[in-house]
This record gives sequence, C-alpha cells and structure tokens, in this order.
Amino acid sequence: MHFPEALPLQSGASIRAYDLSYETYGQLNADKSNAVLICHALNASHHVAGVYLDDAGQVKAKSEGWWDTMIGPAKPVDTNQFFVIGVNNLGSCFGSTGPMQTNPDTGEVYGADFPVVTVQDWVSAQARLLDALGIQTLAAVMGGSLGGMQALAWTLQYPDRVRHAVVVASAPNLTAENIAFNEVARRAIVTDPDFHGGHFYRHGVLPKRGLRIARMIGHITYLSDDVMNEKFGRQLRDSAGIKFSTQDVEFQIESYLRYQGDKFAEYFDANTYLLITRALDYFDPAGEFGGDLSRALAQATAKFLLVSFTTDWRFAPARSREIVKALLDNQRDVSYAEIDAPHGHDAFLLDDARYMGVVRSYFQSKVAP
Amino acid sequence: MTVLSNVSQPSPDLLSIARLVPRGARVLDLGCGTGELLAHLIKERGCSGYGVELNDANVQACVARGVNVLQLNLEEGLTVFGDHTFDVVLQIDTLQHLRNAEVMLRETARVGRIGIVAFPNFGHWPNRLAVLRGRMPVTKVLPYQWYDTPNIRVGTLQDFEALAVKNRLQVLDRFGLQDGREIRFMPNARASRAVFKVQRA
Repeated sequence: MHFPEALPLQSGASIRAYDLSYETYGQLNADKSNAVLICHALNASHHVAGVYLDDAGQVKAKSEGWWDTMIGPAKPVDTNQFFVIGVNNLGSCFGSTGPMQTNPDTGEVYGADFPVVTVQDWVSAQARLLDALGIQTLAAVMGGSLGGMQALAWTLQYPDRVRHAVVVASAPNLTAENIAFNEVARRAIVTDPDFHGGHFYRHGVLPKRGLRIARMIGHITYLSDDVMNEKFGRQLRDSAGIKFSTQDVEFQIESYLRYQGDKFAEYFDANTYLLITRALDYFDPAGEFGGDLSRALAQATAKFLLVSFTTDWRFAPARSREIVKALLDNQRDVSYAEIDAPHGHDAFLLDDARYMGVVRSYFQSKVAP
Repeated sequence: MTVLSNVSQPSPDLLSIARLVPRGARVLDLGCGTGELLAHLIKERGCSGYGVELNDANVQACVARGVNVLQLNLEEGLTVFGDHTFDVVLQIDTLQHLRNAEVMLRETARVGRIGIVAFPNFGHWPNRLAVLRGRMPVTKVLPYQWYDTPNIRVGTLQDFEALAVKNRLQVLDRFGLQDGREIRFMPNARASRAVFKVQRA
C-alpha cells in the first residue's frame, strides 16, 4: 500500500512517501473488532502465515509464513476467528520502502542514505496502515523478540487502539551484551570491502561476507548451548576424522553456521541489517522516564500476555519479568508464561505444546470478541 | 501446587475460605492451581488480582479461565510485587510445598494487608492415631505415602500459631475445616485442614 503523506521520524528526518507491504488472513468482522496485528523481528516479513502457490496452483516449497506454527485456521491465533495483518516494516527488504529502493528526492537508490528508523517509527507507520484499512482498534498486537518491542510500543503510543498485547521472548530494552552482539554483526558488514559505505548497489556488488558473519553470530545467540550440543556436539563433517586444517570445515557446527550465513546473504539486505539492529539498540521506553519502566508503562492500558523461554539468553526471562513487574506496579491485567523449552531464543518460532496452548487459551478466553 | 478441588463448582472448603476475602479486594493467590478460587472471587465477590503458579498445565488452565496468572517460582521470592500492593494474599495448600515457607509467610505479610493461609492440619486426630500406631497417616487431605509426598512441611494449627507469633503476625481468625464445615471448637484435633487469617502486628 502506498502512503503519499510524509512520515515524520523520531530522528527529526522524514520519509517523503513510502510503501508498506502487508498480507491479511481471515475476515474483518462487521464491527471491525477482530483485527490482530503481527509485528516481525529482525529478518522476517509481512508473510506471517500460509503458503504461496506457483502459477500451476502448486504449493511453493518452503513458502510457509514465518509464524505459520502460530497463525492460521484452527491455530492458536485462529484466522477463522481473527483478521490477522502482517506488515513489513520500513527499512526492511521484503517490499516495504527500504534502502534498496529509489529515493524520490535524488532518483538514486537510498543505500546508506535511508533514514534511521526506530521501533516507534515503525509503529507510527503501522498505525497509518490500520487507518487505511479502516481499523480503529486492534483486538491484539503481537510479536516476538523485536516484534514484541513493537507490540509494547503500540500500547504506549496508541493505548486506546490496543485491547491486548502479546509480547513473546522480548525485553524492555537491550542489555550491553546484546548491543555488543549487534555491533559485532554491524562491523562485519561495514568492514566488508564490498560494502562501499552502504552504496554497494552502485558498484554492482553485495557485502555478502559481512552478512554471512553477521548471521553466523546471530545464529549462535538464538540457540542454547544445550541444543547446539544436542544437534551438533563435536560431530565432524568428515567421518574419516580430522584433517588438521585451520581453514576447512571440520565440525558440523561450522558447516551449519556457514550454510545459514550463505543462505541469509543471498536474500537479506546489508543496510537493512544495520537499520534493524540499530532500532533494537535504541528501543528503551523507560529512557525518557529516568530508567523507570513502571512510570513508562503507566500509559499502557492494554491487557498483556507475556511469554518467555527459560533457555533464551538473548532475551532472558528476567527481562520479560521486568515488564511484568512494571505492569503489576500499574495494576494492569497481565498474564505471564515462562516456558521451560530447550531451544533458546529460537523457541518463540517453534511449535511447543505448552507455548501454543497458552497463546491459544489467551486468544480464546480473553481476546475473542 | 495442588488445589482443593478440580470440579467446576468450588468445594465447600474453598467457599469457606472465599468468605474470608472482603468484597472487591485486590487479591494475590500464591500457588493458585487452575485458578478456581480466583475465578470465584472475581465473579462472585467482585475481586481482582493475580494468581502465581509454577505448573505449566495449571498456568494454561488459569489463562483459559480468563484469570491473570504469573508463572513464577515461589522459592525465588515475591520480588515482582511491591509492598502492601494487595488487600489479601492467599496461600491455599501452598505452604506445605515450600522450602522457604517462613520467608514466604513474611513476604505474604509484606505484599498484602491480610494473609489467608490454609494447609493440611497434621494435628487432626486420625493423623495422631496413625502415628501412635507407628505409621505415617494417609488420608483424604494427606493422601500420599511418606516416601512420595510432595508435602515437605507438615504442621499443626498450634505450630502455625507459633510461627505467626515468631514473625510478629497478628492472627485475626483461625479455624479448622472438616468436610466443608468450619470447626472452631478444638480445631487442632478435630479438623483435617487449618485456616489462618493474619496481618502484620
């Protein structure tokens, strides 16, 4: 959808005109009270559920939406009941206006000139999409990780437009360690000789080496030590044994990380990676309240469900509990599930019966119109 | 944590306890099980509040009932709750599972204006009789064998009274429950369940 009106950004800059890619699932009911907005995390898109068909009407391989375990007919967020909206954020690389597209002011590809966008900016843009769809109030806004931050930001920016917020594996801000991981990833990209200060499109190259390393680091932090050991342990790729090589792949974990890095570098935009990790770094609703999250969340009137996973060390349960505490301090309705899953941060995308059960129950008992 | 009853109609014991909670009170239910009591208090007595529960299935049952529930381990304390933030803190059949039972009692008094504590009364005469006969009791309220019981604390009404005094808690009310009836005459011997209503002295 095209938005001709400029969007003022938190930085003071603005985006003159922009497009947002979105998908919807299910039917908006007559009084428009069953809309659920899904916010995506770092590398996801508006394609949250379902599959794509090819020209012959066959299901395209690996075209499932990124939260297809959670959203769809008869799933925990039941699209037979709810009108679900997936939207690709500004600055991303899956169809919404981002650094790969042409800057209408210069006629050139944005590249590094794409303005820095924040979680709040994304929420402002999402609100305009809802306006355009004629939806005043969301039955729920929902997201995991960075998507959870957007859900939280919704309850602060548009408290009267959100009945429920479902915040999964998220945090009220990033810790120093978390920012550090983002910075390593960014340095990997920026120091790639093919990066060209972010204007690599002009040179007809892509900083794939940097993107690969960024993704490898990310992947390590999304898994738990236990799961990595269980999946790969010290398995060697070559059954004949070690090769006494410092540069060849020896261990299966190396092979896995390289594969993930290669795959990611094929489809993800380097400038988008920088922009989105920065949005993560900057998010801190308590910042303007002297670090007092309880005061920050006093504006939120939505009812909350928070979910965290015990082995998630990137967005640890303690961070979700901070949000719970701040909501309790404001006497808000909140439920909190701490799922004892082994998969680390990735657990929020996986199918765990307890996790799915809690979300399903919440939507049925509380969110359902 | 166990609950007094899993049937949809709250048991007479649970209703007796519910009557101790003032109408409209803000309630924190520690070890709230499937949220049965909390749901009853919200619906019938206009209360509001939260349950705390550790068990996954119970947490989901609470959410399914529409009751606010927080999946937290009571052994880690009540740090997410501010001082005096609740009118009533309930500990119904929770105390006997807690390693830090005394700390939790103090926390209950810190967080709530009133604490209501219920637990199996080991002083009930059939229990005494069983021990006199040389065996640990197995009853409706204490249905486990000594080697597989989840109840790591067993105590009597008098024991709890002493613990309350030690922690400078004032006992506002105390009675026993037996087959859904309140026992006020010699409850320590005549009731299988003990109920206390306490506040900071």
